[in-house]
Amino acid sequence: MTLAIRCQNLVKRYDGRPPVEAVRGLNLEIERGECFGLLGPNGAGKTTTIEILEGLLTPTSGEVEVLGLRWGKADNEIRQRIGISLQETRLSEKLTVLETLRLFRSFYREGPDPRECLAKVSLEEKADARVGKLSGGQKQRLAVACALVGNPELLFLDEPTTGLDPSSRRQLWEIIREVRSAGRTILLTTHYMDEAERLCDRVAIVDHGQVIALGTPRELIASLGGEHVIEFTLACTPTEPIDAALAALPSVSEVRQEDDHWSLSVAEPHIVLPLLMEMLRERQCELTSLTTRHASLEDVFVKLAGRHLDDEPVPA
Amino acid sequence: MKANPQAVSQQRYWALGELTLARLREFYREPEAVFWVYGFPILLVVGLGIAFRNQPVEHIAVDIVDSPQAKSVLESLAKQERFEARVVSSEEARMHLRTGRTALVVEAGASETPTYEYQFDPTRPESVLAEAAVDDALQRAAGRKDVAEVKVEEFNEPGGRYIDFLVPGLLGMSLMGGGLWGVGFVTVDMRIRKLLKRFLATPMRKTDFLGGVMLSRLMFLVPEVLVLLVFARLAFGVVIYGSLLAVTFLILLGAVTFAGLGLLVASRAKTLEAVSGLMNLVMLPMWLLSGIFFSSDRFPQAAQPFIKLLPLTALNNALRAVMQEGASLASQLPEIGLLAAWAVVTFVLALKLFRWV
Ligand SMILES: Nc1ncnc2c1ncn2[C@@H]1O[C@H](COP(=O)(O)OP(=O)(O)O)[C@@H](O)[C@H]1O
Ligand SMILES: [Mg+2]
Repeated sequence: MTLAIRCQNLVKRYDGRPPVEAVRGLNLEIERGECFGLLGPNGAGKTTTIEILEGLLTPTSGEVEVLGLRWGKADNEIRQRIGISLQETRLSEKLTVLETLRLFRSFYREGPDPRECLAKVSLEEKADARVGKLSGGQKQRLAVACALVGNPELLFLDEPTTGLDPSSRRQLWEIIREVRSAGRTILLTTHYMDEAERLCDRVAIVDHGQVIALGTPRELIASLGGEHVIEFTLACTPTEPIDAALAALPSVSEVRQEDDHWSLSVAEPHIVLPLLMEMLRERQCELTSLTTRHASLEDVFVKLAGRHLDDEPVPA
Repeated sequence: MKANPQAVSQQRYWALGELTLARLREFYREPEAVFWVYGFPILLVVGLGIAFRNQPVEHIAVDIVDSPQAKSVLESLAKQERFEARVVSSEEARMHLRTGRTALVVEAGASETPTYEYQFDPTRPESVLAEAAVDDALQRAAGRKDVAEVKVEEFNEPGGRYIDFLVPGLLGMSLMGGGLWGVGFVTVDMRIRKLLKRFLATPMRKTDFLGGVMLSRLMFLVPEVLVLLVFARLAFGVVIYGSLLAVTFLILLGAVTFAGLGLLVASRAKTLEAVSGLMNLVMLPMWLLSGIFFSSDRFPQAAQPFIKLLPLTALNNALRAVMQEGASLASQLPEIGLLAAWAVVTFVLALKLFRWV
């Protein structure tokens, strides 16, 4: 079977003053049936990329194949087989939920009954409510229902949970998991590392319009060299640099310092911790805080990009 | 692949119908919009109908400058009820004249034979009327005899009154406003909300979208037109002399033309401010020049060729000819041709320029 999505050397330049190169040579191969995540900070080029794949933007250069078809040659066929939720769409507030869904259903040649589709996103009770009266989470679920109502093989979700409260986010994750287990392919974008980690079979980390890392969340985290992170802050400034000493500790694969905040990538914390304590006692340095946690995709991003996912984007 | 638990059907839905319904629903669920489209023209008819109702000139205000002869002038005028005469000082009289509280000032001379001096503003119709009427009354009082015999028959037949002139104009105006707002504004709003982009991402046929815009516009029209015409009929006895079919045809043609103009105005605009500005730019010349409230013939000859090219001028003229004079559609061929040309050109341009995102 052909790939769900394939794109090569994708480039998108927005003309303007100054021109912005939002996507710079991006490659992707997405298998059928997988849930694939584009993870990256604001301005990384996720929306630009996904909208090119959706056929809403034309790339400056590069090749795109969706479900084995090409934009410009089989547009209607592709649109019949994909479902989309844009990063921001304000659906008509005066229409009811069911009316909205019927409208979208009418564009497709086949698909579920709109009422059944509402059940999929747990909005049956809101069928006759005005869209304007829905909460943010409910609106987002309706947007997903509108994407599902044409029975798509491939689903595009651009930042499906941005701005939602935690329980609404979990509810959407549940819906997305069900969609995936029904055999559909999903491409979603997010700047939440936990979302990518929990939801996606594979993740491409995107920064400045390029894929800087690709793999399953496990593989990416394992690439850090240790699955754990020890973070601590000190009350004193060590008289002599301790970087080298920290790096020399067994099972520590990486040391990073930001101001008085230290963070170690560690494979086996139970070995490192006693040695760390010993070292600090010798130097008579007091700890103000100490935490250990599992490494996340955020750590992968920090390692590769040198900043955090929610930092302001630095000009390239 | 797991079995899809969701039942998928090939049931056909009618996209054009759904798109049309969606627009109708959005409109009728917005009370303010309903008021502006349906209520406003009625308020205008009522207001203007009352302000300009054709009635005999009831009162003619006349100031008589205080003098020994003032009393006899007052008595002469008192014979006719329509005069509302009073004796005032000469300064007061001037002031009343300046502020429009009197139509005419009469000053009687102090000679043997009666002499009168009239002061009035010759550009004010009621002053000119007052001068003639007062002069007539005073001349008769001084002994003038009429030589010819005159019989007066009052004329107040529907069709010739101001309100009969006004209603077709208001109809044209509301077709223009409804077309531009109902199509232009709403379309730009959908673009801003990224709804056009969302639709573009579906297999929706673009002709269905445009068809929905047109169909819903034509459906809004039915109550809009009926309310205005029925109200004008009931409240002011405005009757349509021409054939209803001809009027319906002109209304539909006008609606399509202004929908095309609305679509053109909306084809690129990215903000509501931009589209509002454009719409005002398009509508203002027609509000002023196309003969809504008074005949466009009043504008200078040099401006006429331009005025005659405006679609609202053509629509208003054709509507008036059919409604007031009972003219046939065939006699309105130039106007109909002009409107159709506007419709075709605006639609073609709009489709070429239209941006979904
Ligand atoms: N229409 C546009 N015109 C000019 N620049 C744009 C446009 N859309 C996006 N950009 C720029 O392109 C870059 C990538 O944007 P985007 O694809 O929206 O990123 P993301 O979705 O990852 O936040 C940003 O620097 C953004 O400012
Ligand atoms: Mg984005």
